Amino acid sequence: MKTEFQHLQAAHCENGVTTNLLRAVGAHQLTEPLSFGIGSGLFFIYIPLLKINNGPAFAFRTMPGLIFKRTCKSLAIPVVRKKFSSREAAEQALEDCLRAGQPVGCQVGVYYLTYFPKEYRFHFNAHNLIVYGREEDQYLVSDPVMENVTSLSRYELERVRFAKGALAPRGQLYYPREKKIVTDDQLRSAIKSGIKRNVRDMLYIPGSIAGVKGIAYTGKKIKKWRDKLGPEKAGLYLAQLVRMQEEIGTGGGGFRYIYGAFLQEAYAFHPIDTLPEVSKMITEAGDLWRAAAVQAAGIYKGRIGSQADFDQMGDYLIKISGIEKEAFKTLAKINWKA
Amino acid sequence: MKKEDIPQDDGALNKLTKEVVYAVDQSGKYTTELSTGWEVKANALDLAWKDIGNRIEKARQQVLNREASPLLYFMELRLMDIGIVSAYTGFWKWTIRRHMKPGVFEKLPENKLQRYAEAFNVSLEELKSMNVHED
Repeated sequence: MKTEFQHLQAAHCENGVTTNLLRAVGAHQLTEPLSFGIGSGLFFIYIPLLKINNGPAFAFRTMPGLIFKRTCKSLAIPVVRKKFSSREAAEQALEDCLRAGQPVGCQVGVYYLTYFPKEYRFHFNAHNLIVYGREEDQYLVSDPVMENVTSLSRYELERVRFAKGALAPRGQLYYPREKKIVTDDQLRSAIKSGIKRNVRDMLYIPGSIAGVKGIAYTGKKIKKWRDKLGPEKAGLYLAQLVRMQEEIGTGGGGFRYIYGAFLQEAYAFHPIDTLPEVSKMITEAGDLWRAAAVQAAGIYKGRIGSQADFDQMGDYLIKISGIEKEAFKTLAKINWKA
Repeated sequence: MKKEDIPQDDGALNKLTKEVVYAVDQSGKYTTELSTGWEVKANALDLAWKDIGNRIEKARQQVLNREASPLLYFMELRLMDIGIVSAYTGFWKWTIRRHMKPGVFEKLPENKLQRYAEAFNVSLEELKSMNVHED
């Protein structure tokens, strides 16, 4: 039992699942950067009180699930999304889809994801993959961060679909409800609304811990970490910042680069000179995120670690905040009717 | 980032797959390239695992000193916090905290121990002795 499906590797799992599932139902023009941009994927949030693996939580992109949801909505593609309390029902629903020729997106936990290297297997429950068929006891799996397709046994798939803890997937699966040809006009308007929504999320989100304000806020906090936490814990927190910035395949401010690529691709649909210009600014921000990660590594490896080094680390983030603020303000000023 | 600056270092993920990275080519146009990993990221991951190793060892000592029950050890070994243990076992958090006292743990009936053993993916014997044989 195998559905018609083409595996394309992506830098980030949700982008990849979104792009691959939607291409399969007729959105042929979609690429990873377009999905990310239309889903307004770029974000920043620092949640000091939420502890993940004994360190504070950072995110460099929007909430899990939103990229798929927003992209489908913007392209007027109806979505089916189901959670299950019973494992049998969850497997039955998956089987029904596959029999009907529908590849299915699944939210899974990575702790028991057997094909992942042990070093990456934390209790992180918002990984996404596509199941596109079954051969006897093995489900055929397209994990977008991997070069090639893989497979999981019935038992293994059930275990990751019913991982427990924060953001527990509860067997969650999702897919586009019908085949739909997406027109260039639809894409054009989806790109526009995606950018507008991202401007709103980065510039106008209330509170001090999220968006461009959140980046500067984190920078200011980092300068105090050395005294407040002691060098060892401060190093662990910085390592956490780098790990969250990286995830898999989003190397060094990688989400910034994906967004830069999106703005360049958007130019093909909206020939507005501002778009490639802002793309350059976002690339610069991405480069600074990378430089900040190198600085952080110097600290957590113990090569450097004076207060001046922490100050410089914080200053990187404050500078990034300024650049991203300027970039999104420029995007906000675009006159889309012209 | 320029295409030629994409790092090609060793990383844990390298055993499994190369990753896609976005970068600009000489004309400034975005393109993708495969990367084997980045040292900076590999170091951050190493540090996280070193910290986990320390926590596991500390927990083991606490159990040997009868300051905690083996639950603490397995919680650290499986990278869990009380919330995750609670979600897998169905016990309330405060119940689990109580079960982390050696005296209380030793009197737990087998069916309750079994729930912990399943959550930690070990046998009852391993749960009590902390002797785990991993692949």
